[in-house]
Amino acid sequence: MGHDIIVLGGGPAGLAAAVAARGRGKTVLVIGNPWQDSPLARAERVDNYLGLPGQTGAELVGTFRAHAEELGTDFVTGRAISLMAWNGFMVTVVSQVYDGQALILAPGVVRQAKYPGEAEFLGRGVSYCATCDGMLYRNRPVTVVGRSKDAPLEANYLQSIGCQVTYVSAREPEGLDPAIPWVRAGKLAVKGDQTVTALEADGADLPCAGVFILREAVAPTDLLPDLETEGGFIRVDRRMATNLEGVFAAGDCTGLPLQVAKAVGEGHVAALSACEYLDRKQP
Amino acid sequence: MIHFSKEGFDKALEQGGLMMVDFWAAWCGPCRMLGPVVEDLAKQYDGKAIVGKVNVDEEQELAIRYGVMSIPTVIFFKDGKEIDRKVGVMPAGAFTQVLDSNL
Repeated sequence: MGHDIIVLGGGPAGLAAAVAARGRGKTVLVIGNPWQDSPLARAERVDNYLGLPGQTGAELVGTFRAHAEELGTDFVTGRAISLMAWNGFMVTVVSQVYDGQALILAPGVVRQAKYPGEAEFLGRGVSYCATCDGMLYRNRPVTVVGRSKDAPLEANYLQSIGCQVTYVSAREPEGLDPAIPWVRAGKLAVKGDQTVTALEADGADLPCAGVFILREAVAPTDLLPDLETEGGFIRVDRRMATNLEGVFAAGDCTGLPLQVAKAVGEGHVAALSACEYLDRKQP
Repeated sequence: MIHFSKEGFDKALEQGGLMMVDFWAAWCGPCRMLGPVVEDLAKQYDGKAIVGKVNVDEEQELAIRYGVMSIPTVIFFKDGKEIDRKVGVMPAGAFTQVLDSNL
């Protein structure tokens, strides 16, 4: 039943946190996208990580991951779409719910400005969860804004349950059902009256009842609306504690410099603080 | 904790009073996350407000009638009229606030 610590993000900060917490005998679940997709994994060469110069980013993060795995960290691949503090913390990934007693945020930098109209029509046609809301749009036209690798699969799912799907993305999608029309567009806006009526894509209106916006990650501030930030980064103290009880943060999400060494150090501190928090809570 | 059918829902609505209704479905992870919160509120407000759930899979007519476009959606009714709604997962306090100010 649940883990001691849930870590959101499987990059250097999240994996360092997992290693430190396993060292203290805590059970740890890391939720994140495939590590091969992390920005670090695409770095050609990293020369400033102590003791391990000249490695590719993929080698580094692969080594970190293997270390965390060896120590018995549990992993779930996917995107956390919803989070709630209730007897600890509950996190939804697709249609599965995971729970833990402390939370470490290490999602990296989630670069994503919201589209015009997106926040206004959230819950009135805009959705972030195809599995949750797809059934409510059966037999109706919907657009899928594909901003993540698995977005084509979610579009295929919507099509399979009877939605009339149009897929919108800036780059050609991989794995999209050929029966789904694809519109290449970069500049998007959600339009509507009481509810969504269209997605404007590069100046042309695509009439629809629903817009599914599927990004790589849901921003921590959307998961935890009361989370305090400063200049777009999560505000933390020296213990990597956020303003919310039991919630810690580490890595790029807390601010500059966006460096592996800093992320690893912060992940370590965040985990020790989370362990201390748990020990105080249940001696 | 009442699981409303359409008939049961309409009857409860007719009786007036304060109602909180959680529109949900089994396939929806965030809905399952909210489930225990709603059950807790049903106990907490027993005798003061009716707290129930509508499965949008089984009661599509109700979901369409109230324009539920994203689940979980929690709708509050008083004297048969909608007074407020909350879309998405929220802490319990967001719901108790509406209930308390309408008791």
